[in-house]
Amino acid sequence: MNTTTEQPVHEEVRTTTCYMCACRCGIKVHLKNGEVRFIEGNPDHPLNQGVLCAKGSSGIMKQYSPARLTKPLRRKAGAERGRGEFEDISWDEAFAIMEERLAKIRATDPKKFALFTGRDQMQALTGLFAKNYGTPNYAAHGGFCSVNMAAGLIYTIGGSFWEFGGPDLDRAKLFVMIGTAEDHHSNPLKIAISKFKRNGGRFISINPVRTGYSAIADEWIPIKPGTDGALLLALIHEIIKQGLYDRDFLTKYSNAAELVNMDPKSPEYGMFVRFEVPPEEGCFDAQNKLWWDRELNRPVSTHTLGVDPRLLGEFKLSDGTPVKPAFQLLAERVEQYTPEWAADITGIPAETIRRLAHEMGITARDEKIELPIAWTDAWDVEHKTITGNPVAFHAMRGLAAHSNGFQTIRALGILMSILGTIDRPGGFRHKAPFPRPIPPCPKTPKGPEDVQPNTPLNGMPLGWPADPDDLFVDEQGNPVRIDKAFSWEYPLSVHGLMHNVITNAWRGDPYPIDTLFIFMANMSWNSTMNAEQVRKMLNDKDENGEYKIPFLIVADAFQSEMVAFADLVLPDTTYLERHDVMSMLDRPISEFDGPVDSVRIPVLPPTGECKPFQEVLIELGSRLKLPVFVNADGSRKYRDYPDFITNFETAPGSGIGFLAGWRGKGGEKSMRGEPNPNQWQMYEKNNCVFHYHLPKSYQYMRNWNQGYLQWAQAHGLTRYAEPINIHIYSEVLQKFRLAAQGKTDGRQPPQHLRKRIETYFDPLPFFYEPLESQLSDKHKYPLNAVTQRPMAMYHSWDSQNAWLRQIHTYNYLYVNPKTAAAQGIADGDWIWVESMHGKVRCMARFSEAVEPGTVWTWNAIGKAAGAWNLDPNANEAKQGFLLNHVISEELPAHEAGAHVSNSDPVTGQAAWYDVRVRIYKAGPEEEKVTWPQFDPVPPAPGTPPRRAWQNYFAGKFNRGDK
Amino acid sequence: MTQLALVIDLNVCVGCHACVTSCKQWNTSGQAGPMFDDNPYGKDPTGTFFNRVQTFEVGEFPCTETVHFPKSCLHCEDAPCVPVCPTGASYKRKEDGIVLVDYDKCIGCKYCSWACPYGARELDENQKVMKKCTLCVDRIYDQSIPEDRRKPACVISCPTGARLFGDVHDPDSEVSIAIRENGGYQLMPEWGTKPANHYLPRRKTKMHIHEDELTRADNPLRKEDIRHETSKDTTLDDWLM
Amino acid sequence: MHPAFSVIFLTTLIGVGQGLFLALFSAQAYGMAKLLPAQSNDFFAGGALIALLFLLGGLFAAIFHLGKPSYFITRAWRGMSQWRTSWLSRELIAMPIMIGLTFLYMVVYYFGLDADLYGWGVEGQLPLTVGIATAVAAIALFVCTGMIYAAIKFIQEWACALTPVNYFLLGTASGFTLATAYAAAYGDGLVQFFGNWAIVLTLAGLITRAASLFRNSRIKRKSSIQTAIGVRHTKVQQKSMGMMGGSYNTREYFHGKSELFLKSVKWIFLVLTFALPLILLWAGLAGNDGGLFLLAFVFQYIGLLFERWFFFAQANHPQNLYYQVVG
Repeated sequence: MNTTTEQPVHEEVRTTTCYMCACRCGIKVHLKNGEVRFIEGNPDHPLNQGVLCAKGSSGIMKQYSPARLTKPLRRKAGAERGRGEFEDISWDEAFAIMEERLAKIRATDPKKFALFTGRDQMQALTGLFAKNYGTPNYAAHGGFCSVNMAAGLIYTIGGSFWEFGGPDLDRAKLFVMIGTAEDHHSNPLKIAISKFKRNGGRFISINPVRTGYSAIADEWIPIKPGTDGALLLALIHEIIKQGLYDRDFLTKYSNAAELVNMDPKSPEYGMFVRFEVPPEEGCFDAQNKLWWDRELNRPVSTHTLGVDPRLLGEFKLSDGTPVKPAFQLLAERVEQYTPEWAADITGIPAETIRRLAHEMGITARDEKIELPIAWTDAWDVEHKTITGNPVAFHAMRGLAAHSNGFQTIRALGILMSILGTIDRPGGFRHKAPFPRPIPPCPKTPKGPEDVQPNTPLNGMPLGWPADPDDLFVDEQGNPVRIDKAFSWEYPLSVHGLMHNVITNAWRGDPYPIDTLFIFMANMSWNSTMNAEQVRKMLNDKDENGEYKIPFLIVADAFQSEMVAFADLVLPDTTYLERHDVMSMLDRPISEFDGPVDSVRIPVLPPTGECKPFQEVLIELGSRLKLPVFVNADGSRKYRDYPDFITNFETAPGSGIGFLAGWRGKGGEKSMRGEPNPNQWQMYEKNNCVFHYHLPKSYQYMRNWNQGYLQWAQAHGLTRYAEPINIHIYSEVLQKFRLAAQGKTDGRQPPQHLRKRIETYFDPLPFFYEPLESQLSDKHKYPLNAVTQRPMAMYHSWDSQNAWLRQIHTYNYLYVNPKTAAAQGIADGDWIWVESMHGKVRCMARFSEAVEPGTVWTWNAIGKAAGAWNLDPNANEAKQGFLLNHVISEELPAHEAGAHVSNSDPVTGQAAWYDVRVRIYKAGPEEEKVTWPQFDPVPPAPGTPPRRAWQNYFAGKFNRGDK
Repeated sequence: MTQLALVIDLNVCVGCHACVTSCKQWNTSGQAGPMFDDNPYGKDPTGTFFNRVQTFEVGEFPCTETVHFPKSCLHCEDAPCVPVCPTGASYKRKEDGIVLVDYDKCIGCKYCSWACPYGARELDENQKVMKKCTLCVDRIYDQSIPEDRRKPACVISCPTGARLFGDVHDPDSEVSIAIRENGGYQLMPEWGTKPANHYLPRRKTKMHIHEDELTRADNPLRKEDIRHETSKDTTLDDWLM
Repeated sequence: MHPAFSVIFLTTLIGVGQGLFLALFSAQAYGMAKLLPAQSNDFFAGGALIALLFLLGGLFAAIFHLGKPSYFITRAWRGMSQWRTSWLSRELIAMPIMIGLTFLYMVVYYFGLDADLYGWGVEGQLPLTVGIATAVAAIALFVCTGMIYAAIKFIQEWACALTPVNYFLLGTASGFTLATAYAAAYGDGLVQFFGNWAIVLTLAGLITRAASLFRNSRIKRKSSIQTAIGVRHTKVQQKSMGMMGGSYNTREYFHGKSELFLKSVKWIFLVLTFALPLILLWAGLAGNDGGLFLLAFVFQYIGLLFERWFFFAQANHPQNLYYQVVG
């Protein structure tokens, strides 16, 4: 130990919110002479309760990373895109360039400006900017992340995992995790799983790979990628067959007992029978459907007091219309999905599937929880207790990132529902603002006429279609958006399809654009499929020598691979240097027991000329005189971002703004209230977090909890206080199917997409092979290739981090030894991974913890030479590799079209994990270096020097006295 | 006599490396710092760390266990690294059993590290002195830190609470109870080093289903009046008068 | 272990110095006992100088084993403080004593100092006293050096009585071989005496070193990957050691060479340290050719460098169980 005494130093501790991943933990940042001494989890923060992960604990090395952009940059005249040759310019020049260009586009054809952002946690603001600018071409990263998980569950139970809801492991007895990456909802899930295990809960993990959370599961059930749907349907089959479902829950709280019109000749075929049509329909399920009364043997209005309806059977209405309860249709659907059938597909023995179903069903039935909490349901029935069936699930991209993910996740939602676990103790629980109506109310514009020069977009840039008329298409049914979201190709693409933007814009399909503005997304590398070709598209010119994507603006804090392609680079700050909000208008950090939002408050001044991206948007919005950012006279409305957050209201006088805490003039109100000039200071004084604790009686059964629904309505969370019944049977999907079958009066799909819509918009979940598998030679490419996210890295962000990159410096392809042996591959060999789209060279590492039909690697460790200001010879560029090179952003031409996205046909979710590959040994003469290789880019002007060595000591590091 | 130590629960460790970097960030700017990083942005980056998380696979597919295994200095009760030090730089504190290195006395001869079977010591390639886990001795007694946070950085950061900290000589301490009740064990007991740090093994929760749990009177299927088809064969019923 | 050149040179050079001194001392003692003809003072002074140079060479090499050479001035003195427990500390005490006494021995002979210390009335009492003291120091230093390695019980290749015995025999063998060459160059009559002893010691060294090779080839490891992490299963494999760019643990404890390389080094040192010197010594003694003795020493010393490299490389540290696989 050093015994030398330190000079007296200035030390202080400040609270803010972490941003080393999307988890958003509360942190305390200790500063010493203005340098970061220590970042610890804030014990008074509800999300992480004092803990902090490897990434959060390495924030120091992000702050002082040599990859930091510190000056606005302009591509040097004559320099090719991708070479990374820049000159630094002033912010004034940068703004002038953008103002001139964007004003011109806005005045002529606003859709020629496209704004797409990464995992930025500020979609409420970026979306607001896009809407006010008037461009439909806006989305964040959700389409290539986990939109299937969001859409699949929200269209089923009105909520989903992670920000939207999650497993109540405090009270669960059985926890089943399926297809979960190790980083999703990282710290809260880690805290919860360990508590759960310590309390004696049983933890089953279903995953092709056993790493991370799966490592500590009581049982690991390896499964073939893309077959989760088959497993879930077989589980539903067995649970129904054994009568292990929660009949009472299904009857009261889902549409299971509601009668479906079974007359194939009727235009209402497959729709619920309604006894009356209310004068005005909102975006909620009207309570106008029928049950079949068991006792009186006749139809009766749903939720008629004292009635016990049939769940199974077929009946005839008095007019002769044949009807069946939705549950009967589900039972018929899963009849074919026996455990034996699923065993062949999933690789899981039928006995295991059966046992799994029994464990779930019996735990749910026999370990019931009764909490002495009185509540009243939406039908005025008073209950003395809250019941819980303690079986909890968690799922993420393993299910979502397949082209059959939406239906798979629908199946998961239905499994969770028939077990009676929705928003109940020990099961799945919502987080505010969820539950939301199925589907939620916001809608996009409906056609090209909603996009007009100098006019805000007539609708939200992203919405939740409820029927074909909600699509955003022109009269011929062609897409209006550059990413073709909300078109017939991917009708429910509620998060957009960012992964197809560059390819579509390059091809000019559906139209060419002028300016592409990318914030914090590495679209030339790990965030794009087909990275090598996309890099060429970014650099491709037309016959006049003009770039096919004429102007490219990249805002980022770091010199990612994408920066090299920019015409204009805007240096963002780090999370320690800026204000931010985790807003109720966006994706807050709510807990099961009530709404929670939080803020970031700068603990350090911006480095160099870094400017928070929010400030850029507000400045730009003010210069462009976008309505939301200017007063009636056109003068600037908000001084800066903090001022905007304080004073913005969703509508004049609505009392709803970005932050829910300390509203009202003196901070005395919450959720709703007039702007409070001292709101930021109040957040700062309170650990930068606002936590609203709902009364206990409002904390459960929220889809149907009258008290909660009325509270949510009163506080502006929802428009209606109507019950949100679970969609076991999805009428929304049936409406699209009917349109595809030509049975509706409204919009109908173009001919070549009819079959696609009819097939995949099935109102009941079904299993189909992922699209790439359907279109590829499975004998030639026998293996599934997937990626996992290491817990110590967030996307591509952390190879610049001196500490984290020592943990993951490069990546191997993990292969089951038996699979490798079949190819004569030895542990550590250089091999080729080849799909029908391309190939990469990498190193193999044997693992017994991977299903033999699967190979996998850590995501985004491989880097392009010189990017992130790493030495061009860094291991990331020479030994690390990116699987994206073998994944295509488009499917091979087939009947639905020549350029259909490699995505889920319902939601447009990027099907990352559908890729099929073969592996073989690299030749002995081949270079022991990963392939493909790219010319190194030089450090961008203004990036800090790349240190040959370092001895970080806070307070001394940048002062030379080491 | 007090013997402070860590108890690491392999039953809940998910291998997230939080302990690795929280240790690094605390100690690089603390009394043990700075902690050198060589080639931090180049080929083969390497640096001084007191704590590493390793991964092992046990068994063969599909009966595979993946074990994440954090390892730092075990603060042995009979620490073999201490007596071999020629200068007295390595020492074990009487008051709390922490094994420390006095950097001002260390000559960087590495002999202590050779005498450690666990590979717990690392030579700082810049200062050229031996470094190792200090159990955050500059945190755990710091009165300016709130009492419940006066624990090693790895312990307060660990998201799964897999790291317990306390006095293993106090039979009533949390760590002693955990060792006693959960089969806590020491690494390489064959050398008699008596590591103060202990590890808790994996524990499995299983479920047993009795067949009769699948056939119950309240089976909801019974409410659906599933009627069995009438038999077409002749039965006794047709004959008996 | 990763063989460090500083230690390889340190241990081999001081071994030669100590061995050479013991050769000189044995000639002196035999001379006192009239078993050998008495030698000139210059012979002993010159021999002691050569021994001293080897010892100082070793000391110089040792400086590079410290974290920083400057620690030799600022901190190394502390190394003598822990003699109660540390063989390394004891070595750090024994070594300067050995160097000092060798110097004193040289001075005594160079100036022909003597005194009737014990009232025996015979010549050579002072040189004998200094000689005995130095011989004790030399042997003590051998023990310390050997015990530094033998005392680490985890390194099973080293934790054995053969380790100090080998240090002693290989040091004395190389010292006597050098003494033989020195005697031949000096034109002294001790060539046969030194030469025969050199052969005996080299043969003895061959036997004990071979014994340790034999022993080490069939060591039953006390530690296994199972005891290292405490998981009792026949199949445990590391998948990641927690870092990928290497660390002190991967640099210090692994020689980083192939099995073939290791095997080659073993045969090279067996030939250079034992076979060739024995042949050359025998041939030198038979043909009375002084040049062959020098050649024998040069081969033997080079052989010892290989031997010492192998000594370290062969040692398998149990910490390596934790550092098997990058992933």
